[in-house]
Amino acid sequence: MLLRHTPKEIVERSALTINPAKTCQPVGAMYAALGIHRCLPHSHGSQGCCAYHRSALTRHYAEPIMGSTSSFTEGASVFGGQSNMLESINNIFTLYDPDIIAVNTTCLSEVIGDDLKQIINRAIVDNKIPPGKTVMFASTPSFKGSHVTGYANMLTAMVQNFAEKTGAKNNYVTLLPSFIEPSDMSEIKHIAAEMGVQYIMYPDTSGVVNAPMDGKFHMYPKGGTPKELIRASGDSRSAIALGRVGTFQAAQLLDTKCKVKTDILDLPIGITATDAFVDTLRKTAGVTVPESINTERGQLVDVLCDKAQYVYGKKVSLMGDPDTLYGLVQFCKDAGMRILHVVTGTPAGAKWDRRMKELTGEGTIVKSGAQADLFYLHQLLQNDRPDLLFGNTYCKYISRDMDIPLIRTAFPIYDRIGHSYVPITGYRGGLNLLIKVLDILMERQDRDAPEEKFELVM
Amino acid sequence: MVEILAARKQQVLEKGKDVFTIECEKPSTAGSVSQRACVFCGSRVVLYPIADAVHLIHGPIGCAAYTWELRGSLSSGPELHRLSFSTDLRENDVIYGGEKKLYAALKELIGAYKPNAAFVYCTCIIGLIGDDVEAVCAKVEKEVGIPVIPVHSEGFKGTKKDGYKAACEAVFKLTGKDDITPVPKFSINILGEFNLAGETWIIKDYYKRMGVNVASCITGDGRVAEIGRAHRAKLNVVQCSGSMTYLAKMMEEKYGIPYIRVSYFGIEDMSKALYDVAEFFKDDKILDNTRELVKSEVNKLLPKLTEYRKDLEGKKAGVYVGGSFKAFSMVKALRHLGMETVVVGSQTGSPEDYDYLKEITNEGTIILDDTNPLELSGFILEKGADLLIGGVKERPIAYKMGIGFCDHNHERKEALAGYDGMLNFAREVHTSVTSPVWKYSPARIKAAETARVAKERLV
Ligand code: SF4
Ligand code: SF4
Repeated sequence: MLLRHTPKEIVERSALTINPAKTCQPVGAMYAALGIHRCLPHSHGSQGCCAYHRSALTRHYAEPIMGSTSSFTEGASVFGGQSNMLESINNIFTLYDPDIIAVNTTCLSEVIGDDLKQIINRAIVDNKIPPGKTVMFASTPSFKGSHVTGYANMLTAMVQNFAEKTGAKNNYVTLLPSFIEPSDMSEIKHIAAEMGVQYIMYPDTSGVVNAPMDGKFHMYPKGGTPKELIRASGDSRSAIALGRVGTFQAAQLLDTKCKVKTDILDLPIGITATDAFVDTLRKTAGVTVPESINTERGQLVDVLCDKAQYVYGKKVSLMGDPDTLYGLVQFCKDAGMRILHVVTGTPAGAKWDRRMKELTGEGTIVKSGAQADLFYLHQLLQNDRPDLLFGNTYCKYISRDMDIPLIRTAFPIYDRIGHSYVPITGYRGGLNLLIKVLDILMERQDRDAPEEKFELVM
Repeated sequence: MVEILAARKQQVLEKGKDVFTIECEKPSTAGSVSQRACVFCGSRVVLYPIADAVHLIHGPIGCAAYTWELRGSLSSGPELHRLSFSTDLRENDVIYGGEKKLYAALKELIGAYKPNAAFVYCTCIIGLIGDDVEAVCAKVEKEVGIPVIPVHSEGFKGTKKDGYKAACEAVFKLTGKDDITPVPKFSINILGEFNLAGETWIIKDYYKRMGVNVASCITGDGRVAEIGRAHRAKLNVVQCSGSMTYLAKMMEEKYGIPYIRVSYFGIEDMSKALYDVAEFFKDDKILDNTRELVKSEVNKLLPKLTEYRKDLEGKKAGVYVGGSFKAFSMVKALRHLGMETVVVGSQTGSPEDYDYLKEITNEGTIILDDTNPLELSGFILEKGADLLIGGVKERPIAYKMGIGFCDHNHERKEALAGYDGMLNFAREVHTSVTSPVWKYSPARIKAAETARVAKERLV
């Protein structure tokens, strides 16, 4: 058994991370960048990082994930990566012709201290950037934060580079989602559209990392937010940021840079959080909630009523990314579940820890940061066994070892398909999630029922 | 016409048209969407299957996270290699150095897991901040009494190939430890076979049937103690030559063990690999056994291949793999299925490798080094391939174009080595190429339509 080595007794580890519950910044930055139309993510560092980040996203989405690399060699590590970056810019525009190059740094270029702002300025001065094209960057050192931080940094860079206040207000509401699946991006757009709200959303990876098969390889699939819209977000009437850790910085910048009034909410996962989103959208856009949205909500509530007894009181443990976790915990609470553990490898900050604790109440173990890894989670689970586990693919080892069913809701998911097509946000997403949970719990009940209690109708 | 970066012009040729020698073994052009990885990746994949050692990745978290469960190297016993250990360097460590943290991590790790050896992989950052990893490892080794081996795999210090070399140096340190445990007379080591999907077990079984003992397989289903006896085998059989020839050379020099290079993919190469070993031992019994084995395996295999061949005859394939030796075998194996290779390349080939590829392919074949998706998809389309053989990043590209795919890299789930492997390969290629799903591919529909119209015109 793969995990037989995990001891039940928890001892404080000072220096070692075992089976991390996070990964590094650039992969999040790369994902965010893919949500801009005709944007090529570029990794400034050695080839390895870029190859890994692309593989990680490729496995997660089963889609071709493009990204170029500065291809550092020893020379670049000694003399700095400026010439590699300039050469990259030249080659990329010549060969791949993107509208935007979104550079993320790696640990290496960070430690060397490459000044990307200066390098990009140099490229502008030297006329290396064709008219109408943009090179932007986010600083994404992985010895700080996690993939979520990388996403947040790239999102902030989008505001920094594009959002523009011209003074002529438009009628758009800007939506800034945290690190979520393309299916969830679609669901958020669906709610806004259904409510008749004119919106700008970025990043938007729907149609990019879940693009249809049309017999061709596209370097730039149809989806992604056009940069003109990101620019216009600076004039938008208001903004709503969804998922605090992933969007806080960007939302704040949009507010200070362009004076766009911004509400920062949790990701709309589950009834409570979706209600908050719908209500804020209603107020800020001055619309009424249409019947169709009420119906979606009603259906979710209806199914929850029908089957509440199967989820009520069930014990759950969750690992994943901070914003998604916040939504999922609310979802579980809506269903009357008991939260045992919440673990994220992302150092989400004391504020997140506090809010999460407030939400879950006493009796729940909440841990974030370096030593919050899957080894630790496994230990927790051995001491207090849940009925259900939410997490990423790597949790399958724990799930198998302890025979606890797993619902895959965190990054990465390498072994199942659907997450990029079936949302968990919004009321419809809540229904999907609920059905998944019910399926798995009732399946268990059937499996474990003694012969005389194994019945047709449940 | 497929557009190629000026700097890459000498890295792509069409057989029969271009006469230059391919430029290779150089870093990817800055700005390219390269499919290649780094030094660390090279070391990690080679050492990964040693299952009773811990593999501690000294650096920030990503490098560890991405190589966790990276390749399906199976173990018949311990599975320590499948866990992910990292010092998860933070900003302070980067500023003040990570030696203390490394020391503490090693002690915690070895205390908790009681491994037989520990490998410490140095990632880019370590090379840059200049931790004295040698010293820390030596200190811990002394304290705990197991080999604690630094692997100098700083990503930027070269290509994946340099990572193989660093791995060879690390493994080499494990050899020569055990002179007591008996090792049979006809013993070999297999070098560069990683037990993906259990391939080592297939190969070991062949040798067993020949009467040859496998003293150690480096590193498939690997154990520290076995490697400690490897120096007493009579012959090193190098399968993945790109990664392990270096180790073979070191062992030849120090222990006087000769080596041969083989490939376990495809019928000819597999048979030759077995015969070469038999001939080395010059033992009649082994030679007889080998003839018997090859005959029975090939006889069993060929009729089954013929079945697949019926549907595959005349189809075309593109091959883009890590090592060029594998590419050679693929070209030959595909021929057994009636398929022609129209595009072929690798991430790490040498000039001689590409010359050999030129020899064994047909006129018009595109041969390329260190390609990128745009080129690759362009050539696939231009040459009308029905199948792409590659790794994780190539798979979705093939599918988007509406052609079949076969993974011949770390993630393969089917054993492709040996005669059993050849059959699996044929089945996988057949399943993928003839899948009904392609009839929904717009490109295929168009191609079929064009073919129909052309045929009508002829009539
Ligand atoms: S070096 Fe940094 S950016 Fe690169 S893979 Fe490792 S953690 Fe990620
Ligand atoms: S940091 Fe260096 S060692 Fe780590 S993945 Fe990147 S290139 Fe490889």
